[in-house]
Amino acid sequence: MGLLEGKKLLVTGVLMDSSIAFHVARLAQEEGAEVVLTSFGRTMKITQTISRRLPKPVEVVELDVTNTEHLETLAERLEPIIGSLDGVVHSIGFAPQGAFTFMDATWEDVSTALHASAYSLKALAKAAEPLMKDGGAVVGLTFDAKFAWPVYDWMGVAKAAFESTNRYLARDLGPQGIRCNLVAAGPIRTTAAKSIPGFEQFEETWNNRAPLGWDVSDAVPAARACAALLSDWFPATTGEIVHVDGGVHAMGQ
Amino acid sequence: MAASEQEILAGLAEIVNEETGIDASSVQSDKSFTDDLDIDSLSMMTIVVNAEEKFGVRIPDEEVKNLVTVGDAVNYIKNAQA
Repeated sequence: MGLLEGKKLLVTGVLMDSSIAFHVARLAQEEGAEVVLTSFGRTMKITQTISRRLPKPVEVVELDVTNTEHLETLAERLEPIIGSLDGVVHSIGFAPQGAFTFMDATWEDVSTALHASAYSLKALAKAAEPLMKDGGAVVGLTFDAKFAWPVYDWMGVAKAAFESTNRYLARDLGPQGIRCNLVAAGPIRTTAAKSIPGFEQFEETWNNRAPLGWDVSDAVPAARACAALLSDWFPATTGEIVHVDGGVHAMGQ
Repeated sequence: MAASEQEILAGLAEIVNEETGIDASSVQSDKSFTDDLDIDSLSMMTIVVNAEEKFGVRIPDEEVKNLVTVGDAVNYIKNAQA
């Protein structure tokens, strides 16, 4: 029996087959889950095409996590497709280019980043909650927000807010049996990463600092951790951040 | 069966037309995707993904930035099929 046998999951953030979320969806299907994807606007077509590379066919539902109407109608649009949900994967982030220059970023840049990358975790969880009547799991992807990184700038601040949002969600959804956890992945060369100017600065140093080593082209370790957190094998864990970074977070240098 | 250069160009022109509305006859080998055809990065991703499906090849992300002109893409696809 697969790790996620019979689970019904909503996976956001599948763009290319390099996306972490693509590997989460693939592993979830391989482990027995039924998966629905979301995408929006001009990326819908890419997600639909890429979704055909998954082991099993999936539906792609339109969801812009900053669009109130999309969020309010999500449950009623998903219900006929999947009935109920046991898990939701948040693999979404966006910041305007200006947000990657810390001292010059405008509030407009920053507020956009916070809305799409931090508040969206609460928005997504709330939108999915009506379908999670028997409890379940919300899993998100973060990039360790305890530190000031090169080039990450206001996206790093948004991730700090994201990590805090996860703790408050854990508090407020715990009574319904919904667990909320994050995976703090090391740098992975996805479309999202490549849109960050100067991303290669992480690539060069991470492998040297990681006791286990680190492969920026391999999204599978992070995806496996997501699958584990979506499964029944972390039944008493919530508000947590699991580091999947080769061990970098634990090292002094 | 690998497609000829002409067939790849025609197939690519069709994909570009579908994504951007640019007339297929404007999609010529010497045209630059960004400078001549005004194709942005998101449209380029869509075009690449659709070309991968159509021609049964993989175009790694690192390669996409080297595909400056339509002819570059045709050559890459042709070699990838060989």
